[in-house]
Amino acid sequence: MASDVLNASPADKLAGLARQAADFDAAHGTDGETITAVNAEQNRPLFASRVKVYPKLVHGTFRRLKWAVMAITLAIYYITPWLRWDRGPNAPDQAVLLDLPARRFYFFFIEIWPQEIYYLTGLLILASLLLFLVTSLAGRVWCGYTCPQTVWTDLFIYVERLFEGERAARIRLDKSPWSLGKLARKTGKHIVWLLIAIATGGAWVFYFADAPTLASDLVTLEAPLIAYIFIGLFTGTTYLLGGIAREQVCTYMCPWPRIQGAMFDDDSLLVSYKPDRGEPRGPHKKGTSWDGRGDCIDCGQCVAACPMGIDIRDGMQLECIQCALCIDACNEIMDKVERPRNLIGYDTPANKEARRLGMKEKVRLIRPRTVIYSGLLLLVTAIMVNTFATRAQLEVNVLRDRNPLFVQLSDGSIRNGYQVKILNMDHEAADFRVAIEGLPEGVLTVQGRDTQGPQIVAAEADSLKSIKMYVILPVDALGRLDDGEAEFAFTVENLRTGEAVENATVFRGPQK
Amino acid sequence: MSTPHKDEITGVETTGHEWDDIRELNNPLPKWWVYTFYATIVWSLAYFVFMPSWPVFWNGEWTALEGVLGYSQRGAVTEELAAIEEGRADYMQAIAATDISKIQANPELMELAVAGGKALFGDNCAPCHGSGAQGFKGYPNLNDDNWIWGGTLEAIQTTITHGIRWELDDDTRFNMMPRFLTDGILSREEVGNVTDYVLAISGQGEMTEGAEAGAEIFAQQCAACHGESGAGNQELGAPNLTDAIWLYGGNRSDIYESIAKARAGVMPAWGGRLTDAEIKELTLYVHTLGGGQ
Repeated sequence: MASDVLNASPADKLAGLARQAADFDAAHGTDGETITAVNAEQNRPLFASRVKVYPKLVHGTFRRLKWAVMAITLAIYYITPWLRWDRGPNAPDQAVLLDLPARRFYFFFIEIWPQEIYYLTGLLILASLLLFLVTSLAGRVWCGYTCPQTVWTDLFIYVERLFEGERAARIRLDKSPWSLGKLARKTGKHIVWLLIAIATGGAWVFYFADAPTLASDLVTLEAPLIAYIFIGLFTGTTYLLGGIAREQVCTYMCPWPRIQGAMFDDDSLLVSYKPDRGEPRGPHKKGTSWDGRGDCIDCGQCVAACPMGIDIRDGMQLECIQCALCIDACNEIMDKVERPRNLIGYDTPANKEARRLGMKEKVRLIRPRTVIYSGLLLLVTAIMVNTFATRAQLEVNVLRDRNPLFVQLSDGSIRNGYQVKILNMDHEAADFRVAIEGLPEGVLTVQGRDTQGPQIVAAEADSLKSIKMYVILPVDALGRLDDGEAEFAFTVENLRTGEAVENATVFRGPQK
Repeated sequence: MSTPHKDEITGVETTGHEWDDIRELNNPLPKWWVYTFYATIVWSLAYFVFMPSWPVFWNGEWTALEGVLGYSQRGAVTEELAAIEEGRADYMQAIAATDISKIQANPELMELAVAGGKALFGDNCAPCHGSGAQGFKGYPNLNDDNWIWGGTLEAIQTTITHGIRWELDDDTRFNMMPRFLTDGILSREEVGNVTDYVLAISGQGEMTEGAEAGAEIFAQQCAACHGESGAGNQELGAPNLTDAIWLYGGNRSDIYESIAKARAGVMPAWGGRLTDAEIKELTLYVHTLGGGQ
């Protein structure tokens, strides 16, 4: 009755309440109030306490896979800054280096200048497309296997297990009163957690400076303050997110679980419980028949193994990071009760439906969605490879003076000023020949030089050389300009390598 | 709009708000989130105590509590400015101690000096000469190759230090062209003839009869300063009348007015307002604009 009232529209509800009141009046001959308590149906708490999760260790394919992924990803993270890559004497030899003060990003054979930051955009687009593709194929693979939050939490749980034992022992320990042994176990765990956290923060700063130099500076307390601040920041967040907050991060902080719903479709392989096989569930006594019942013996192992503390049998839910540990947990049990494996497994909603209808199950990896994602992925990769392959070691920017637009000299000729910027991205210093093309009567000069015509400009290795140049057009040539304006180009040639580029600009004089 | 409703799939009550059939589940908030909210309240209270915050009416005016830490944005700016001054003290000293032509020969010092000069120019000179030093009528363009008082480093430095017709400076650059018509030295016709002559020698007009007459007057009245050929004299600050550049305009009426009423622009002396090192920086910057000699 109460829920009917709750589900009714406001008008119906008011009418219903009025009818109730009238009935009450008629039955009792008194005045009834049409009122309900402000907290009716509100027996739930406003704020939920956290229920601590004690994930149980499982053994199986996915646990082994996750150990391997953990080892690989952690190795990449900790070892990368120490890899060397020879770039000659004029550039750093660290394979991956984000040199913020010098404004250069180095990735093995790739060197990115500030104006090429769109390569980073390209990498981010690739990363997101890859994420979309993987998610539409096999769900939250990123979340379950490779997300740093998952990897570090897994590592921290491993340490917790070393000090406090298996799930049951950990629960017992937390319930037991404080003792010297409990204190020792807890202290030991937190110390190791902090050490891991410090190592994590420590590895982070090595990406931004020469790792061996910074390492010795850090030890001798000579490193810049900002390095210590960032180590502190990452130590704090690693300890807090990996050790303390854990599944709360995924459920309450991360936006991805909210987005993922739009990434799945009926053919996505998702970690799921097969209710058609498992139900009706219930305890099973060894030797009794399996007829008329499901394979799920309701042992709760899938829940105990879950690092998010949820029950996969409730179906797809926001909290599930699809780490697949429940698959291992269930398979261990299925082996013991001698039933087929994969009561919990990678399954698609379409197959679930197919089984219900008695049709054949199939896995469709090639679908419009995956084809489009793959196509875009290939396209962006091709564009990026192409731009990298044809990338020049020399770039020229010409900034025309706009204030003043032009200067009249005493003999009546008109002078335009240009800031010519030569980007020598080569690792060798070189001389550059700068000339103009397309303005035959124009005279090229440089502030502070007597020479007229093509100019030789020296640029350091891996640097930007900016030089102020002038083009002067004699008075008799001005009359031949079209509306006081002429297009022409600066040509710049690296005299060491022969590489040449052109940059178009314009000459302006007074309009007639 | 606000109808309590139980979501069929989750069994959770909704907030009762509905937008385009989308309803919001009223799940309980995690407690640590609430504690984080309380922590921000504590933080804001601490902020009130430590940082400038409450507006107060005190001694007849509105002001603000200063906060225990005594922080103010104005103070922070002052500190930053002092830090910058300190940071560049070395190179300002080097510029002050180095001869101006030697600065020019030192690329590193030159780069710093020109950058400093550009900022000083924007702060002090741009109102008259324009932000690009392009000048206006009566205010010379500093980009061109024409200099009234000289375009060498030394001459520019002197002009900036002492100004032009700046009476408070005894060493200021000074000259005074007579007001030929206003003061009755020449008649209207004579001024017109001189104007024609000046147009002729600057390549804007023919040598007419009037111009011939003007040439004679020019030789008597103008050549002493502007030179016999009219090419000017930088020692005296007399402009070159034969080139294409005119400070007060080069058409007939402009030139006529210049002769009839004379022109006497004023530039302040910057010695004493700017330090010697700053004047050196400005000199070097102006010299690099494209016309330095």
